[in-house]
Amino acid sequence: MEIPPIHKATDPVPPHAGTTPTADWPLEIHDLTVSYQKKPVLWGIDLAVPRGHLVGIVGPNGAGKSTLIKAAMGLMPLNSGWVKIFGEPVKRQLTRVGYVPQRESVDWDFPVSVMDVVLMGRYGRLGLARRPTREDRDIARHCLDKVTMLPYANRQISNLSGGQQQRVFLARALAQESDLYFMDEPFAGVDAATESAIINLLHELKDKGKTLMVVHHDLPTARNYFDMLLLLNMRVVAFGPTEEVFTYELLQKTYGGRLTILSEVAEAVRIKEE
Amino acid sequence: MKGENSMSASQKPGLWTARSSRLTPHGFLLTLAALLLAVPASHAAKIGDLSETTLAVQALRFFTFQDPSVRYALAGSILLGISCGMLGSFIVVRKMALVGDALSHAVLPGVAVGFLWNMSKDPVAIFIGATIAGLLGTVVVRLIQQTTRLKEDTALGLVLATFFAAGICLLTMIQRLPTGNKSGIDKFLFGQAAAIGPGDVKLMAIVTLVAFAIILVFYKEFLVTSFDPAFARVAGIPAQVFHYVLMLLLAGAVVIALQAVGVVLVSAMLITPAASAYLLTDRLSRMVWLSAIFGLLAGALGSFLSFLGPNLPTGPFMVLGATAVFVLAFLFGPRHGIVIRGIRRRSRASRVQRENTLKSIYHVLEGRDFKGDGVSLRELAERRRETVEEAARQSRELRRHALATLHEEGNLIFLTPDGWQLACAIVRNHRLWELYLTNAAQIAADHVHEDAEKIEHVLGDEVVREIERRLANATRDPHGRPIPSLSDMQRGGATSERSPASVGYGKRT
Repeated sequence: MEIPPIHKATDPVPPHAGTTPTADWPLEIHDLTVSYQKKPVLWGIDLAVPRGHLVGIVGPNGAGKSTLIKAAMGLMPLNSGWVKIFGEPVKRQLTRVGYVPQRESVDWDFPVSVMDVVLMGRYGRLGLARRPTREDRDIARHCLDKVTMLPYANRQISNLSGGQQQRVFLARALAQESDLYFMDEPFAGVDAATESAIINLLHELKDKGKTLMVVHHDLPTARNYFDMLLLLNMRVVAFGPTEEVFTYELLQKTYGGRLTILSEVAEAVRIKEE
Repeated sequence: MKGENSMSASQKPGLWTARSSRLTPHGFLLTLAALLLAVPASHAAKIGDLSETTLAVQALRFFTFQDPSVRYALAGSILLGISCGMLGSFIVVRKMALVGDALSHAVLPGVAVGFLWNMSKDPVAIFIGATIAGLLGTVVVRLIQQTTRLKEDTALGLVLATFFAAGICLLTMIQRLPTGNKSGIDKFLFGQAAAIGPGDVKLMAIVTLVAFAIILVFYKEFLVTSFDPAFARVAGIPAQVFHYVLMLLLAGAVVIALQAVGVVLVSAMLITPAASAYLLTDRLSRMVWLSAIFGLLAGALGSFLSFLGPNLPTGPFMVLGATAVFVLAFLFGPRHGIVIRGIRRRSRASRVQRENTLKSIYHVLEGRDFKGDGVSLRELAERRRETVEEAARQSRELRRHALATLHEEGNLIFLTPDGWQLACAIVRNHRLWELYLTNAAQIAADHVHEDAEKIEHVLGDEVVREIERRLANATRDPHGRPIPSLSDMQRGGATSERSPASVGYGKRT
């Protein structure tokens, strides 16, 4: 398969990308290339994410944001490169990985209760053929309480609003008690109250030393929500602290010549500069 | 006959002790399986041994396992119903119903090859051949999907038809072969429960038990891989493996069901009981149980009906039995049934009508500044632009709900305190909403009435309080009419001040 020469982002350089992985880095990706049916979606991704950061992954549609986190979790076959989670292959560190998939990826008419879904967060730790214990149920209840969904524990999931569904998914990820979280658009289609509840929770997790990789599609809010940003458009355009990366030049490079987005970017940068 | 009875009687004590400890559903299933495996091997008699005249006597003999011939048919039908129902729930929630259909057609060439293996209807050879063919079919479907641009439905259709056609060709060939015991091989198309022999029943019991045990042990894994396979994989649960385990179990269930139900209809035994159960419950675990029970009922009923006449095919009767259960669930399901939905809708409609009548009575009273004691039917009819008969009907409806009392042979309506409060609340909702739309949403005052007409019936207390707060407790609506206040409601209405309490408050005093 032909892979075009990797265009490395020049600024900022990912810290020690490509060198020997160590357990200190929650997520390291080296020379990662992924394609769908021979069409490359991600090219030569080099990334090393330090511990305890809330990282926003932003980029235009089709930039490969979801693909990046799926590949990082081992859900996609890789064409080249490797992924290390806390210095080891993904398969050996799955219990330290938490996942919030896109809300639309599941059937919300499925016959399960809210509690059942949150308990799924415990399955990875339980191991095959083990039933959830009382302790798992207590943890699940606690996680539901954190997202203020405890009163809904015995409801069937189809009776929930979009924001409530997202909270249930978040509670399930909390129940995983992981150190590295991947979240795919957790703010998509949720109400304002849920959005602020979620962002508070993410900051709380970050302050506990967890690392969060969050796919985000809304540029203006990205600057306030995340302390690090990964600008992605098939390649890593830039990765670094939000105040260094959220510049007009880099955003323009990420979003290309899309005018409507550019004006949005200009607005976002203007807000930042004020 | 006597020997049969004494033998089965001698096995009973053991069975009952096994069962008596606790009557859980799976205890029941295990007992049933034990019973079937313990059934002494004896040769099936011909159909039509049931010579009783009345249906009830026939049913009694059939379902009490009295006749050895019928015993295998019934036991087999029950087992296949259970296994198909159980596994069917998973394919329904995984949206794989068509996969079940393709799988069931794809097994046919395997049946033929299994028969050709040693030129007899050996259940094990046929089981192995059919299972392999079924799995091969699903693999081919996946291959077509992955290597071409064709989508799953097309791939399924293609494989289903091809395998089925190959199976028919092979079976026709077998029919023409000069050698071998071919009896029963022609029953694979539409199914004949009478063709089930003791060997078949043992195989069916084993397959059902294995499927049950695997589902019981790995229920959690099947649940999460069905609901959210990507999440399952991140949790370290191999979703692909469980997919293929399910496929294998499904193939097994389809194959054991073939003889009784037939290739053509066996997918209905997977889908219909599960679909009925899906309509009745909101939890997968309960759905699996219900579906197994529905499958059992459909199987038993179908084999019974097919025994009533000579040479009736079993499959169609089973499927229609399952459909009967589905229709019942569809019509009378407590949560999603259309009857209960219709009742709910009607009760909602009649509540809205009562509230509208109360509102009109309020308007009449308001129109004369709350003077006078009651509202006459004529006034109400004029206000609502309806006939007096209709107004009379509505007033009786109000009385039935203790919202009004009727006087002067039903011609004069007095509101009870409850009726007055509700009338005030509805008018209040309406006018608050109008005011809110004009003030907060900047909608012209002459455009808000229609919307308020609808929303007045559904505004909750919390929303009303919020609107009050935002409107700073306004007292008049955009058309200048007073909004009934909470104290108006508490006072029991303007009418009560001017009318004798015994009349104004109706029955309550």
